Amino acid sequence: MSARDEILSRIRTALADRPDPAPADRTYRTSAPADVELFADRLRDYKATVHHCAPAAIETTVAGILPEEGRIVVPAGWLDLPGRDVATDDPELSPADLDAAAAVVTRCAVGIAETGTIVLDAGEAQGRRALTLVPDVHVVVVDTAQVVGLVPEALTRLDPTRPLTWISGPSATSDIELQRVEGVHGPRTLHVVLVG
Amino acid sequence: MTSPPTAHPVTELRAAEPFPVNAAVQLRNEQLRRNLAGATRTIRTKRANVVGELPDWSELRAAGAAIKDDVLAHLDTYLLQLEERVTANGGVVHWARDGAEANRIVTGLVQARHATEVVKVKSMATQEIGLNEALAEAGITAVETDLAELIVQLGHEKPSHILVPAIHKNRDEIRELFQREIPTAGTIATSEPRVLAEVARRHLRAKFLSTPVAISGANFAVAETGTLGVVESEGNGRMCLTLPRTLITVMGLEKLVPTWADLGVFLQLLPRSSTGERMNPYTSMWTGAVEGQEFHLVLMDNGRTATLADPDGRDALRCIRCSACLNVCPVYERTGGHAYGSVYPGPIGAVLSPQLTGVRENLSLPFASTLCGACLDACPVAIDIPRMLVHLRAKAVEAKGPTAESAAMRLAASTMRSPRRWRMALRAARAGRVLGRRDGVIHRLPFPLTGLLRGWTAVRDLPRPPRRPFRDGTA
Amino acid sequence: MFGGMRVALFATCLVDGLRPEVGRATARLVRRLGHEVVVPAAQTCCGQMHVNTGYPKQAAGLVANHVRAFAGADVVVTPSGSCAGAIRHQHEDVARRYGPPGLAGDAAAVAGRTYELSEFLVDVLGLTDVGAYYPHRVTYHPTCHSLRVLRVGDRPLRLLRAVGGLELVELPEAEQCCGFGGTFAVKNPGVSAAMLADKLAAIHATGAEYCTAGDASCLLHIWGGLSRAGSPASTVHLAEILASTTETEEAA
Repeated sequence: MSARDEILSRIRTALADRPDPAPADRTYRTSAPADVELFADRLRDYKATVHHCAPAAIETTVAGILPEEGRIVVPAGWLDLPGRDVATDDPELSPADLDAAAAVVTRCAVGIAETGTIVLDAGEAQGRRALTLVPDVHVVVVDTAQVVGLVPEALTRLDPTRPLTWISGPSATSDIELQRVEGVHGPRTLHVVLVG
Repeated sequence: MTSPPTAHPVTELRAAEPFPVNAAVQLRNEQLRRNLAGATRTIRTKRANVVGELPDWSELRAAGAAIKDDVLAHLDTYLLQLEERVTANGGVVHWARDGAEANRIVTGLVQARHATEVVKVKSMATQEIGLNEALAEAGITAVETDLAELIVQLGHEKPSHILVPAIHKNRDEIRELFQREIPTAGTIATSEPRVLAEVARRHLRAKFLSTPVAISGANFAVAETGTLGVVESEGNGRMCLTLPRTLITVMGLEKLVPTWADLGVFLQLLPRSSTGERMNPYTSMWTGAVEGQEFHLVLMDNGRTATLADPDGRDALRCIRCSACLNVCPVYERTGGHAYGSVYPGPIGAVLSPQLTGVRENLSLPFASTLCGACLDACPVAIDIPRMLVHLRAKAVEAKGPTAESAAMRLAASTMRSPRRWRMALRAARAGRVLGRRDGVIHRLPFPLTGLLRGWTAVRDLPRPPRRPFRDGTA
Repeated sequence: MFGGMRVALFATCLVDGLRPEVGRATARLVRRLGHEVVVPAAQTCCGQMHVNTGYPKQAAGLVANHVRAFAGADVVVTPSGSCAGAIRHQHEDVARRYGPPGLAGDAAAVAGRTYELSEFLVDVLGLTDVGAYYPHRVTYHPTCHSLRVLRVGDRPLRLLRAVGGLELVELPEAEQCCGFGGTFAVKNPGVSAAMLADKLAAIHATGAEYCTAGDASCLLHIWGGLSRAGSPASTVHLAEILASTTETEEAA
């Protein structure tokens, strides 16, 4: 008997008492107004830097945030950054290339106001996951129309089969005497540009 | 005289000595107690704050419990659905009856790719089965990449807390450890946490960027879509899940949720319960093999079906490994994780470890509790741990067979279920008035009671028995 | 206000054998409030010690005796949060699994009529001022069963606040378990002692003369520690405070 068959058999035997639990009462909140001010507050709470700009000013705003020197990763060249050394990941950048990059600029899939969360889904203006992981500075451009109130509604806007990365602040650890230290792995600096 | 000792192996889920013995040792560790008290108090407060923020916490909690009960009641169906979805998306699913089999599968996969080093994301499931040790025996080094797990690994120890495994170590000890064990550390100037974290970052970054195989656990798997998720803080999870060519995930059978929408419940319950945050820094989700990677999922039993078979014990499988119960437990706060002898300590450990190993292998854990109930209040999936402990105590007593205690309890029951015999016993107890004659207080009991109640009188006085029991008074 | 209820008093085995004054105080209090108190002679023990130590089968006999003793009562009052908890949350289950047919239903019926003292006073009698007088500095320890099983909430505090002459001081970290836990106190004496030490430190920090609670069992453990430490503070059961009047205090 294969392990699979044996385990399935054990499960069926274990459930011989035929438990029939009542279905879950879905009375928790599934939606709330998309409070962009709250979103910005929660981001700042996590030590992300928040910027606001109009749609026409994305380029200049981002240019003003980026580190002065160094290569900038811009997936699929979705944003023009005149005068900057830009890599689009085509051809594919090696981990060492990414490690040497100064920053990465992307869009996102959805933002969650209550938790200050930004979700990436490896879409065109975001690129594969490594692009937003290895460089030390990540600039995310979020359209205010992409912000929802709560976690349950964020799920309705996401495709579960895409690789998803949920980001709520720069990386941190509290493993040494419970003191929160920012930036172990992952970008140590997170800039969020709110557009709209 | 208790039943004769049998040769139970020491494993990741049980210790050689029973809880009271290990606890006595840990109680003497002042630094551990200070660290633990501070840590648990801090996380308790943070948790209370973020839970208090939500107007629908009790609704989420009830939904979480019900969703998990549904998973357990139809576990075979959901596992098959998960397997189908993961496979359809290019992943390979393996099944392991126990830890040894899981270790063999993982080792085989790593060897087939000719890797001698792997990077690991913290995973309770892999700790439970001693995967690192099994890999080491095959000449494969598993590099732990969570800061605390790295600390524990370099120190050759067992973790003492599910969430903050190195809580028993202070910064100076960690600096010393890094200086000794990390070749790239150079001279570490201070013990400031920021400096120590930077040492770990540099050391691990080199590993992340070059190691071809990663091993992880999973916080949940969605049956409906085949999506897996890892919830983390530091970014090492993202590193391990994203950069290597091959990803192997080991997961306990019970870590499923039925639908994509169900994550809306658990992504709120878990971060708020575990680190006391509205959301943890990074959560990664993936379905099957993505971005040209190779993906293997190992579904592991290792005692879970045995736990499932007990209708009074299966609720323990609702556990989402948040550790909220550890942080409110007055016993855990004073003894720490090592006293429990299992990678699952504290309240959940006291009900899960004995069920995974079989109660016979963990007779003392169900008694490592005052039944105060703080754990049940804190549990995001409402596991009735006190009720389960009482249930497991009955199983432990049955497993032990006749003992001096069982004889005494039989005598007590026989006395107390009969009003006549109870009256006689009360009368006889009055003989105890000869003790404590001087100040109405008994400081020490004479032989043969000394042994029986030694635990009491070592620390507390007893009152002198009254002249008349209540029932004989003018009521 | 209910006049002339017939209240059956379940003293508990601990009160019966070691702390009879708690039973006497409970009876005196309820009578003073205008009700008849009867003490069914067949009562012995609720069985929680056996259930909680892993001997539920043996507890079935105790449940059966308890049901026999209180079957005829309209209302049962007990000065013990843990015993009320055991009766309401354990008896029916023990009876169903290990007792004769029919016992479970009878046990549930008795449980449905059983109240812990503060529940009885506040919920059934609708009182928070019971006309008590107790001119002492007192701190209240919410026992785990009262707090988390029965969820008596602030009922005891409301009762204590209405007691004449009583200075109520808040106990730091009040909700932390005292470390008694029944047989835990003898099976894990080291941890029990560590928890007790913290509870005693909290009591001393309040400067209270007395620590009170609704469970004689936890109070016994706390009293034992205070006594061993030679502390000026001592313990007194909630029932004893509420039964105190200007007359009894003057006589004391």
